[in-house]
Amino acid sequence: MGDVSGFHFQIVAALIFAIGALGVLLRRNIIVMFMSIELMLNAANLSLVSFSREIGNDQGQILAFMVMVVAAVEVAVGLAIIISLVRNRDTVNIEDASQMKW
Amino acid sequence: MRTALFWIFSVMAVGSALGVVGSLRSPMNSALSLVVSMLALAGLYVLLEAQFVGLIQVMVYAGAIVVLFLFVIMLLNLRGSGAVGAESQPIMKAIGAIVAAGATFWLARTLASARAPWPDVDEGFGTTRAIGEALYTDYVLSVQVAGVLLLAGIVAAVVLAKKKID
Repeated sequence: MGDVSGFHFQIVAALIFAIGALGVLLRRNIIVMFMSIELMLNAANLSLVSFSREIGNDQGQILAFMVMVVAAVEVAVGLAIIISLVRNRDTVNIEDASQMKW
Repeated sequence: MRTALFWIFSVMAVGSALGVVGSLRSPMNSALSLVVSMLALAGLYVLLEAQFVGLIQVMVYAGAIVVLFLFVIMLLNLRGSGAVGAESQPIMKAIGAIVAAGATFWLARTLASARAPWPDVDEGFGTTRAIGEALYTDYVLSVQVAGVLLLAGIVAAVVLAKKKID
């Protein structure tokens, strides 16, 4: 595949992971923070699939598939929590849900 | 050709990831950027000979998860002042930028070891057949556990999204 190697894919994964981490740290909107978590999970998946290609073994792809299953469950539960938060507090700003903050 | 596709998909994925985090106007814009990012990642999976994972990426992420996000954003009908939370203080922004830059540097340094040339793979590598056979023979317990997890997730979502928490 020309000059593109696993290294390039890993750099893309690292960049997307960093952008997701930045989103969680900087944004206060709980929905956008949740999407940033999805970005980080996808970056991990890209890294897994890239390493799987590099060693010519499909176990990494199976692990990526399992990560997607867990991500789907996490989205369902997380969005239910967000709906519950908005119903009870009428806000999507996490600063307004600081009851457990010390 | 593959190199060109790699660059196109990478730029799309990283650019729209920035769009997810950077769009301050409405969570809707973030969700639409997220779809583009997921589709670009599916393209990268196909370039990595992982057709099955790419297919699942399109169906589960771009098809189901982002639609769920859009449903919730529209259901909550977030408009006006409630749409975008007050953004963080400058000190938090600085800390966030430093942490993210450090994480990128560290990850890139570790992952840069992945310079080995790719081996040739069999004809069926990464196809639905290969992954399906592996999932239903060696990893059948994982599939069962994933099923139980999905069931638990559905029950939890229904309980949590009820009108009032008892």
